[in-house]
Amino acid sequence: MNANVSKQGVWNWLDERLGLHVVSDLLAHKRVPVHRHTVWYYLGGMTLFCFLIQVGTGILLLLYYRPTAEAAFESVEFIMTEVPFGWLVRSIHSWAANLMIFFAFVHLFSVFLLRAYRRPRELTWISGALLLFLSLAFGFSGYLLPWNQLAYFATKVGTDILGEIPLVGDWLLQIARGGDDVTGATLTRFFGVHVAVLPMMATFFLIVHLVLVQKHGMSVPISQKRKDCPQMPFVPSFALRDLVGWTLALGLLVTLASVFPWELGVKADPLAPAPAGIRPEWFFMFMFQTLKYIPGKVFFIDGELLGILIFAVGGAAMVLVPFLDRKARHEQRNLLFTVIGWGVIVYIVAFTILGYLS
Amino acid sequence: MSIGDQLHETRQSFSRRGFLNTLLGSSIAGLLGAVVYPLARFIVPPQQPEAATSQVVAARVGDLLPNSGKIFLFGKDPALLVLTNAGEYRAFSATCTHLDCTVQYRDDLKHIWCACHNGHYDLNGNNIAGPPPRPLALYDVAVRDDHIIVTRT
Amino acid sequence: MNIMQGFGSRVYFIALIGVMVVLWGRTVTAQTGNSCVDCHAGLTIERLRTPAASFTEDIHYQKEFSCQDCHGGDPSTGHDAERAHDRAKGFRGAPRPSEIPALCAGCHSDVELMKRFNPKLRVDQMLEYRSSHHGKALAEGDDHVATCTSCHGIHGIRPIGDSRSPVYRTNVSTTCGECHGNDAHMRPYGIPTDQAQQYRSSVHGVKLLDEGDLAAPTCNNCHGNHGATPPGLSSISQVCGECHANNRDFFNASPHKAAFAELGLADCIICHGHHDIQFSTDAMLGVGEDALCITCHAEGDNGYIAAATMASALDTLKLTLAEAHTKIQRAQRGGVKVAGGRFDLHDADAALIKARTAVHHFNVEKFRAIIDEGLASARIVIDQGDRALNDLRMRRVGLAFTIPLILLVAVLLTLKIRQIERSRIHR
Repeated sequence: MNANVSKQGVWNWLDERLGLHVVSDLLAHKRVPVHRHTVWYYLGGMTLFCFLIQVGTGILLLLYYRPTAEAAFESVEFIMTEVPFGWLVRSIHSWAANLMIFFAFVHLFSVFLLRAYRRPRELTWISGALLLFLSLAFGFSGYLLPWNQLAYFATKVGTDILGEIPLVGDWLLQIARGGDDVTGATLTRFFGVHVAVLPMMATFFLIVHLVLVQKHGMSVPISQKRKDCPQMPFVPSFALRDLVGWTLALGLLVTLASVFPWELGVKADPLAPAPAGIRPEWFFMFMFQTLKYIPGKVFFIDGELLGILIFAVGGAAMVLVPFLDRKARHEQRNLLFTVIGWGVIVYIVAFTILGYLS
Repeated sequence: MSIGDQLHETRQSFSRRGFLNTLLGSSIAGLLGAVVYPLARFIVPPQQPEAATSQVVAARVGDLLPNSGKIFLFGKDPALLVLTNAGEYRAFSATCTHLDCTVQYRDDLKHIWCACHNGHYDLNGNNIAGPPPRPLALYDVAVRDDHIIVTRT
Repeated sequence: MNIMQGFGSRVYFIALIGVMVVLWGRTVTAQTGNSCVDCHAGLTIERLRTPAASFTEDIHYQKEFSCQDCHGGDPSTGHDAERAHDRAKGFRGAPRPSEIPALCAGCHSDVELMKRFNPKLRVDQMLEYRSSHHGKALAEGDDHVATCTSCHGIHGIRPIGDSRSPVYRTNVSTTCGECHGNDAHMRPYGIPTDQAQQYRSSVHGVKLLDEGDLAAPTCNNCHGNHGATPPGLSSISQVCGECHANNRDFFNASPHKAAFAELGLADCIICHGHHDIQFSTDAMLGVGEDALCITCHAEGDNGYIAAATMASALDTLKLTLAEAHTKIQRAQRGGVKVAGGRFDLHDADAALIKARTAVHHFNVEKFRAIIDEGLASARIVIDQGDRALNDLRMRRVGLAFTIPLILLVAVLLTLKIRQIERSRIHR
């Protein structure tokens, strides 16, 4: 058999068996609208880039991490001090986690303000909202894994709040903690969730999200629809620009990891008093700060419970936005939603800052 | 522009493109190398393959003579391995419970002694004389093949 | 009902009441079966009532001894006080202070007797007591000195291991201080009364009374219990050396031993005080303001020079140790582990502790030897710290190499984009 071992030959062989031409056709024909708000199109990819970094560094950390209360802290210390470039992998993992959540929020708000959730992209929005919740869950579960004092007590407080939910609260708390208290059982549970359950769910929703984006293409904001915007080919124009962004993001991560290495702290000691200055990670800070401002009792409802309810309703509303914004269905701008959007952004930023000031 | 000029420009742009391509290609290759190198180093396990927290190989059979002791490191804490006259291995934390000096085995006294303030411990770790207020922590010793393995809880 | 029956029932009724009163009277007093305790417990005079009340707590009561074993008399006479207190039956009332040691020794020096109750108890307390200042004064007719009951209690005596006993370790200084801290009581003897107070704030007092370290000494450790006497001049360093063995050995081999003996100075006490011993500080060594060496040594003499040399060697060690500690901290904060760092630092810190004991050699060479050991360990640590900090620097170098590379790629990609798009426009 005369095998033609050229690039074209290899391609043809694979294509015949895997149907690669479907993908290559899609990429060749994919176009991205060029207008004032095109820059926001890059944010989804940035979030994806951070996610891929997390998967990569996460798998590497798995080679040395031990998910038990006795060995977790020491294993992370081992990674930081004994494993070559362990400090780099671990710090990048911690920084990229925060960067990913940051980009996810910005991506969400830009999509919201540009009304990219309009028909027929409702499911894209819903899968994206769920991905945001999943990334918050990733953050919360991952935070505990080094098993240090701050993480231990932050988890205690966080799961306590879970227990406040009426009816199912206690049950949820038991399931989250693997018992009554935060123990080694909690750690093992969080670990399983962090490396298996959440990745599985995230992969699923990510595939749905990405396939839908390819199917429907990039949404053009209502304001730009009047003009007939030029298009740039995805390959190579958009893709190369994406790559520039990713390269710069890599540079940022490496710099942050080297100049501000992520702290390890001291090993968790359940018997010691809670350290001063426990606080949740920044992406939960605004909720934490809000709960602090709600008075202990509002009419007959417990203040914390009211807070949780408000956030639950807010979260549900966020998921259902495409169905709530009637005007968007008719391709009309909606000042109310713009105001709400900006209002939420200001609220989150302000309360996060407040949380750190206090 | 004349055809000749256009051709010239095209040829120039080709060579410029070629130059850019080469440069781009080699810098990307360099970046990839700078990324892969640390990852490759990371995957290769270090000399000490795991954090010695609860178990450590203290010595090999034959390292110690009867009625002698040896200091070894347990993680970052000093520990003492003793081979008694009767041929039994005992292991203790070597941090004196008085002021944290490192204790030693005295073959003349046949028990453990701290040089700083004359503290004495028996071979069960109990503080028998001098200022130490508490006994030394006792560790488990097991001999596997010719390794002496010390475990602490 | 006829008159005979009525009369009988009234007699019966009165007899019944009478029996009930007697029985009731019986129940009011304690059912000890010991009429001494029973009777005295019901008395109104406090001085006579409290012994009966506290006696049930007494170890002797628990060992089934009773009042008559010390006081004599007859406990079986019911409530007949005269017959109970019959001198013919051996009743002696409350013994005088001068009689007490002999009274207690009657049992407590009897080996065969004590063996039956508690074989490990000593039986030579009387012997010791006679040799003590208290015992000698008592023999000369001084009734104001301590006897057995002054320290052990009278009717509520507890074993010495019972924390409520006045002679339990942590209570000893208070008990001794009852007399020795009382100005009025001690005036005839001309002894100062500030010992207990001084002891309370001394390092031994703080360790025993505040920190609960039962290894710390109290009055009886240095002065003895029953043979209480201040240690003689020649025995002070022996007494201190019971615990501070190294200090004693070094001191005894040092030039100060002979010098102090010649000058009639008390060994350890001259520099450290006795009841008021404080934590020794490094400032005590050397030729500075608070230093003790210059009390005797004049500027320029051998001792002065030696003191200055040792003080400066100690300072050098402390500075080097501080440097080592800082290096390790910096490295650790940057996330770099210092190989074996904390272990070697441990040894270096131990050398500082040993050095402070080694001062008692009062010999520059021997002192220097310990200091040099410590310096060597500290320098190893500093080396390791330097290497760790170097590692940290290498990370920066790596970054300085990687960032330009990344920026280069980003710039080249941008140029590539521009190039591609320009050529597309041309096409």
